[in-house]
Amino acid sequence: MKTWVRTYGANPLHLLGLLATFLVFGYAALQIFQDPVWYRYLFWFAGAALVHDLVLAPLYGLLDRSVRPLLHRSSRTATGNPGDINYLRVPAFLSGLLLLTFFSSISRGGGRAFEAASGMTEDVFLGRWLLISGVFFLLSAVAYAVRGRRSTAEPTPVNGP
Amino acid sequence: MSTRVGPEPARHGFPQPVFEALENAPRPPLPRFRSPVRGTWLTSVLGFVLLIGLPVMLLTGFLSYAAYDPQFAGNAFPRDPGLLRLPYFDWPTNPVWLYRVSQGLHVVLGLALVPIVLAKLWSVLPKLFVWPPARSVAQLLERASLLLLVGGILFELLTGVMNIQYHYAWKFDFYTAHYYGAWVFLAAFALHVALKLPTMRASLRARSLRDELKTDREHTVPEPPDEHGLVSPDPAEPTISRRGVLALVGGGSLAVTALTIGQTAGNSLRPTALLSVRGLSYGDGPNDFQVNRTARTAQVTDAMVTDAWRLTLIGPAGTQELSRADLLAMDQRTETLPIACVEGWSSVQTWTGVRLRDLAAMAGLPEPDRALVLSLESRGAFNRTMLTGGQVTASRSLLALQVNGVDLSMNHGFPARVIVPALPGVRNTKWVRQLELMA
Repeated sequence: MKTWVRTYGANPLHLLGLLATFLVFGYAALQIFQDPVWYRYLFWFAGAALVHDLVLAPLYGLLDRSVRPLLHRSSRTATGNPGDINYLRVPAFLSGLLLLTFFSSISRGGGRAFEAASGMTEDVFLGRWLLISGVFFLLSAVAYAVRGRRSTAEPTPVNGP
Repeated sequence: MSTRVGPEPARHGFPQPVFEALENAPRPPLPRFRSPVRGTWLTSVLGFVLLIGLPVMLLTGFLSYAAYDPQFAGNAFPRDPGLLRLPYFDWPTNPVWLYRVSQGLHVVLGLALVPIVLAKLWSVLPKLFVWPPARSVAQLLERASLLLLVGGILFELLTGVMNIQYHYAWKFDFYTAHYYGAWVFLAAFALHVALKLPTMRASLRARSLRDELKTDREHTVPEPPDEHGLVSPDPAEPTISRRGVLALVGGGSLAVTALTIGQTAGNSLRPTALLSVRGLSYGDGPNDFQVNRTARTAQVTDAMVTDAWRLTLIGPAGTQELSRADLLAMDQRTETLPIACVEGWSSVQTWTGVRLRDLAAMAGLPEPDRALVLSLESRGAFNRTMLTGGQVTASRSLLALQVNGVDLSMNHGFPARVIVPALPGVRNTKWVRQLELMA
């Protein structure tokens, strides 16, 4: 047993569980191979993971980091507080999340398929998304201004609101 | 140590020289992570939420497959999943809101989980770039299984989210993809839970949630470094607290839910689903509710549904041809029932028509085993459906001729459509031309 663990790197149950998982994947792949366009399924499966891990996640990390120095440079940051970035981060996160989730409708990706199904168009969604995003940024700006004014009135805030 | 199932830390498995060489090789220029809030506790909180939410997704998803009654070939896709199928059973007609709730939950919860899945993946991102990538075959295989886990959940979310918006850019069959994807995810998820549950429990106990919720940004300090490698070795100054991260992710979840739930909760709440394609209004007339396939798309024309239209009723009593006037002369029943789509939206309307059980009796088979419904639509995967005996004999199942007191519109299936309680929308066949009762 000890030799096994040293050789393989974990308990035999670990290997058993992994094999079961790979078997399910293998069987599902076999079923998919019956479809002449099987490669599209694999492309989107692997693509989803790769695009997220190597494009999307680094991209939002980069966006977050690149905004920070801009804030520090600005003399108008009310408190010089590193948490001030959240006045941008929160509305940007919400807006980005809605864009990601409803990207298909916002970009009119449904197109003819949606018209064929419903008799309607997706024309309104880009405007609605922009409007909702605008509301998020506006609310955040108001919160920032209110807080900035309050902290100039009382220069030593002990605890954030 | 012998009870440990996960890989042994910091020891090299067979072939030892290879793993040692890998360990001693210079670290390639991999990204470094500095967020001070990453750590096992935060990952475990997000994991705990997913541990509750994702099984609900799997359950409601497999229920939806069952709602198509896959025991009848041609009803459901994939047609024959082989070993990857759950036991068949006749989909019930009671409670009438069953599919509306189970599928509404599937879609709305799926959307609400998007930010939580993304946050969970963000929280473990350093693990993707860890060096050395593995110290044993066990670790290597486990990393490969994570591709199935991450690929699986992202594939399911992506296909589901695009499908409810009619964005079929993948050019494969959605049902088939979403079904097998669910199995792959289920297998990888079960394994991941088995391997990580002890870690999750231990790290949730190591910190008090209540204390974390009281800790603001200024007082946020990184979690102590552990063998899991999520805590940054070089943490930056915190710009957000852990409670802030949770509030942000939870707030994202709430925002998505708030902008979607109206499509399921309908009818008066529908306009609140501002970003949902099924939040769009058709107007306020009796036929102004969601259309899933227009007559034009189905190529059902006015010429096909004139007074010459007949319902062909087939059973032991022979083949009968019924005009719309014949049907209107029969006992008319009115039922208020939801119509609920696999895409998660639903709509409650008041339908009037002939009970399916009355038609079964007329065909000479009051207790059928099943019944085949055919549409005037000549193409399309759902121009037919096989109903179970129970769905035919249910007292509220109708061949509807009218809705909300007026004749059905063309887009809603004039001259006649099936309305069976708790049945997925597409199985409520529109533009019915034939009903065959089978023993």
